[in-house]
Amino acid sequence: MRKSKEERILSILFIAPSIILILVFVYGFIIWTGWISLTNWRDVFPDFTYVGLKNYVELFQNLRFQIDFKNVLVFTTLFLFFCTLIGLFLAILLDRKIKYENLFRSIYLFPMAISFIVTGVVWRWLLNPGTQTTGPIGINMLLEQIGLGFLKSKWYTDPNVGIKAVVIAAVWQMSGYVMAMYLAGIRSIPNELSEAAQVDGASIWQIYRYIILPLLRPVTLGAVIILTHISLKIFDLVVAMTGAGIGFSCDVPALFMYDTTFRGNFFAQGASIATILLISIAVLIIPYLRYSLKSGG
Amino acid sequence: MRFSKILIYIVLTVFAIFYLLPVYVLFATSFKTFAEVNLKSMWKLPQTISFDSFKMAWNGSPLKGLRGLSQNFMNSIYLVVPATIISSFLGSMNGYVFAKWKFKYSDTIFSMIIFGMFIPYQSVLIPMVQVLQKIGLYGTIPGLIFVHCVYGIPITTLIFRNYYTSVPTEILEAAKIDGAGFLGIYSRVMLPVSMPGFAVVMIWQFTSIWNDFLFGLVVAQKPNIQPITVALNNLAGSYFVEWNIQMAGALLTAIPPLIVYIFLGRYFMRGLLAGALAGT
Repeated sequence: MRKSKEERILSILFIAPSIILILVFVYGFIIWTGWISLTNWRDVFPDFTYVGLKNYVELFQNLRFQIDFKNVLVFTTLFLFFCTLIGLFLAILLDRKIKYENLFRSIYLFPMAISFIVTGVVWRWLLNPGTQTTGPIGINMLLEQIGLGFLKSKWYTDPNVGIKAVVIAAVWQMSGYVMAMYLAGIRSIPNELSEAAQVDGASIWQIYRYIILPLLRPVTLGAVIILTHISLKIFDLVVAMTGAGIGFSCDVPALFMYDTTFRGNFFAQGASIATILLISIAVLIIPYLRYSLKSGG
Repeated sequence: MRFSKILIYIVLTVFAIFYLLPVYVLFATSFKTFAEVNLKSMWKLPQTISFDSFKMAWNGSPLKGLRGLSQNFMNSIYLVVPATIISSFLGSMNGYVFAKWKFKYSDTIFSMIIFGMFIPYQSVLIPMVQVLQKIGLYGTIPGLIFVHCVYGIPITTLIFRNYYTSVPTEILEAAKIDGAGFLGIYSRVMLPVSMPGFAVVMIWQFTSIWNDFLFGLVVAQKPNIQPITVALNNLAGSYFVEWNIQMAGALLTAIPPLIVYIFLGRYFMRGLLAGALAGT
């Protein structure tokens, strides 16, 4: 559209407040946090003595951070695997011209609408192994009653399970989201493609394997990136469901950051954890944003 | 019906049960009388419907030193309503410019704004607390409103930009020939066709601000300021609170977004998919 000078100025003024806010509160704050991570601020009172990368070196030697690092890797791997698997599976089933498709879809997706805190509180009770006096409760009791008692576990109270128990709740909450993404992806594929293949004698299995799945690759990429960035910063769910757990078996970097900064006043250490989180997410998101905004997203 | 079709329905139903299990326990427990609540019978339906757990979760009990959630529920309302409205309007203004009044580097600036929705908020928390303390908004509901408005800008801008891109530019050109300027086109052409866009954005913002925990936790230290998610976490974290009260509290916290989801799920889904960029 042709623009007069006045319109040009007006249009800049229109977005100026937001741009200034984002510059200060996102980019300014990130730089400020990065700077704090290079200082000696480890008390209520700020101390901006420059110490170089000392906080980062200490962090990687810190046992809690090492455990967190491992936990977040385990969490991300399992969470990604089960969410995409279940999401794709449900989307394919729902696409088979199902009666009550809307109802099923709404049921699978509704956990996305509620807070991680609610999810955490409920799943903490469902995966509570019970005590000597109560015997098995929650999921364990259910498993016992349907004859799957061998699957019983001490869940998050067992250091060997720890964060993996949180994955169950996270998959419960997020897999419907992936289902919705895949379903939208499948629906955007022109019907003619699979119809033509059908005419050529392809089986349903072949149509999915050779036509639909390859065309869904961008959706998988999107889902993997969205889920990974959510899982790298997972916080609310862990706080509400388990806390750091026995021997930090449920702990994650975001929780460590909160504890050390706002409970321990080790601001510089908190800032360095935050910076590591930010960098790991930026490495993932920036190429994706470039790709996705370029392709007209 | 063919056998394979029946199999599909069975599998779909098994998954539906998995997703509904926690909801079942939530309801079954919250509506039991105190006498009936027993961990051993957590899968059993209540014999009679009782609202005792809700009353306790809502009002609290000064005798036991238990804080009810009523005040926090209202805090969340006071916080969510203005933050949703303000951030939606900011998003609409930005979306209008980024879709229809592109300028040099506007696409770059747009992607810089969008990046803000992916950052881990941990990387802005420390300066945020410092700045809020400096300007006297720390520990207040207006402070929380402000924070949610700022960090809501990326997603609201993204959804509105995509929405306005689909409005044909010819309509704008026509309005221009009729003498409308930048502001005239916005108020007389764009805003009137924006209702579906506002529905998506406002529902998205309502849900995510209501469900937020981190900002509430860090900005609102005092119990009488905390939003409901933070209060629920405190309620569930204290060992002397019976679990039926915790469940009733969880249900109270989940109800507003669930109502929105049940009645306006269509728009909620569009917001969800907009957040996932590619594939939409």
